[in-house]
Amino acid sequence: MPLEQKMELVCPAGSLPALKVAVDNGANCVYMGFRDNTNARNFAGLNFDLANAKEGVRYAHNHGAKVLLALNTYPQSSGSEKWQAAIDNAANLGIDAVILADPGLMQYACDAYPDLRLHLSVQGSATNYEAINFYHQQFGIQRAVLPRVLALKQVEQLMQNTPVEIELFGFGGLCVMVEGRCSLSSYVTGESPNTCGVCSPAKFVRWQPTAAGLESRLNGVLIDRYAGSENAGYPTLCKDRFNVGGETYYAIEEPTSLNTLELLPELMRMGVAAIKIEGRQRSPAYVAKVTRVWREAIDSCKRNPDAFSVRPAWMSDLGKLAEGQQSTLGAYNRPWK
Amino acid sequence: MKLALGPNQYYWPLDMQQEFYAAVANTPVDIIYLGETVCSRRHLMRLTDWLELAQKLNDAGKEVVLSTQTLIESESDLKTLRRITGNQTFRVEANDMGAARLLNEQGIPFVAGQPLNIYNPRTLNLMAKLGAMRWVLPVEMSREALAPLQSARPAGMETEIFAYGRMPLAFSARCFTARHYNLPKDDCQFRCIDHADGMTLKTREGEAFLVLNGIQTQSAKVYNLLGEIRGLQEAGVDILRVSPQAFHTSRIVQLFRETMDGLTTPQQALHGMQKLMPEAACDGYWHGKPGLERSYAENMAD
Repeated sequence: MPLEQKMELVCPAGSLPALKVAVDNGANCVYMGFRDNTNARNFAGLNFDLANAKEGVRYAHNHGAKVLLALNTYPQSSGSEKWQAAIDNAANLGIDAVILADPGLMQYACDAYPDLRLHLSVQGSATNYEAINFYHQQFGIQRAVLPRVLALKQVEQLMQNTPVEIELFGFGGLCVMVEGRCSLSSYVTGESPNTCGVCSPAKFVRWQPTAAGLESRLNGVLIDRYAGSENAGYPTLCKDRFNVGGETYYAIEEPTSLNTLELLPELMRMGVAAIKIEGRQRSPAYVAKVTRVWREAIDSCKRNPDAFSVRPAWMSDLGKLAEGQQSTLGAYNRPWK
Repeated sequence: MKLALGPNQYYWPLDMQQEFYAAVANTPVDIIYLGETVCSRRHLMRLTDWLELAQKLNDAGKEVVLSTQTLIESESDLKTLRRITGNQTFRVEANDMGAARLLNEQGIPFVAGQPLNIYNPRTLNLMAKLGAMRWVLPVEMSREALAPLQSARPAGMETEIFAYGRMPLAFSARCFTARHYNLPKDDCQFRCIDHADGMTLKTREGEAFLVLNGIQTQSAKVYNLLGEIRGLQEAGVDILRVSPQAFHTSRIVQLFRETMDGLTTPQQALHGMQKLMPEAACDGYWHGKPGLERSYAENMAD
């Protein structure tokens, strides 16, 4: 039986070309940010100025896709007018929903623009229905993006106790920490996702060839060291090798990506409203490939969820794009050692 | 300015825990936060045990606050949370928006914990309207970033800062202690109990960097604002929080009190504290720098 369920595919747009290929390859929604620290992918050369945003909204709307705007850092006490202005701009641009983490900013948005649709960002750290219902009750949020820490059973339980739509991460980089509650990056560099929209920012990264191997340092702290034959990864500080109790290993997390393709029928049955693809920092080519695979998979699952199987070609396409070229079901399934 | 003892972030044997609180009851600490804030699997102290301890400390003249768990995932977590928020005797520190909602619904004033992420005046005001009577600033907030919140602070709102201890920097659903022992989280054998100050994570060149404490990741360095007490007073901070460690907590509380009361200088107190800290001190966040940096030492004579 085909499912009536509408499951949206939400794809990353770090630039206008990425936005266009996401729409062209079947995204129902694209999400983007402005070119500053109002969003959690505040990377050099990424994101939208007003003119680009306008063109992006025009392109997406003309092709039947929605545009979501991430304003998901925490407004800092100095310069908080920047976040407020971003809400004003979102409303004026005809953005379909803003993705927020800060309760104060939600208050502003719902006072100033009662018709503007609000989504709770993953950076809002809401992992239970009481928290989600708080944002619903106070600000009328209509959708929540869950941190990548819950097991599927917990997601289902949560969904049964809230009127708020649930969006889950389906593919891409994997935060092992509860988003919005991690200050590891600022401990080392002074800049964190909450305050600056960055994690382990590139300007603090140094690569040093040494006799012991290639070393990656973040603001001087040794993050990892690679022997000649090893592939060196970006030094995200929770995904590297450290020494605990005399043993050197990936003490927090391996450099893996999340890939939940095989859970699709289950997610659809549960009534998950949307699947989010991570990766605004990735290239348009990446966005095009991931969007195409997920579009095909969601459509195939909708046609016949009982007979759904993950095509080897999808996994092979996605495998090539994954961080560290390994993937995991993350917390949804708990296979952790 | 008041002195508070934060919730114990570690998992200790029952007798050690009881001795600890018996000892701190006799220290000049004004407020004591109690409860399991890290992991729901830690069960040596049940809620009824915490409430009993709370009553004892209350009788000893301490203001007692029950702290809620930071990461609330399951229905059973919520059940415990509801029992805490509905306890009707002791004040509650909400460490998740779900806790804030339950307290707000009952019209009970509460402490807005550090994980609520209050970074700006608008959010602070909103939390005040919902019932917060005190807030704890995010660990990464600097003195400069605090200033606008303090000047726009709603009447009666108290400001508390994490002033001493290994900082809680991150929470995960994964248990890094269990991972170290190659155990599944759901069958972790409670290995945390063997690490009274957590497990030190070192870089590959041997620098103590972080501490693994179950699902929580802490700084290896000890955040220590003892040298900044004048600045904290000028910034209008009402309460300094000392986070429990396995040894010397009572002495550390004492040194903070003496410094706050002007009975000793920060230099002398810090000197006396050198050997009481499990690792070197840091204070970067307060100065708007990376958290692991230390500014105060630069000004010290030795």
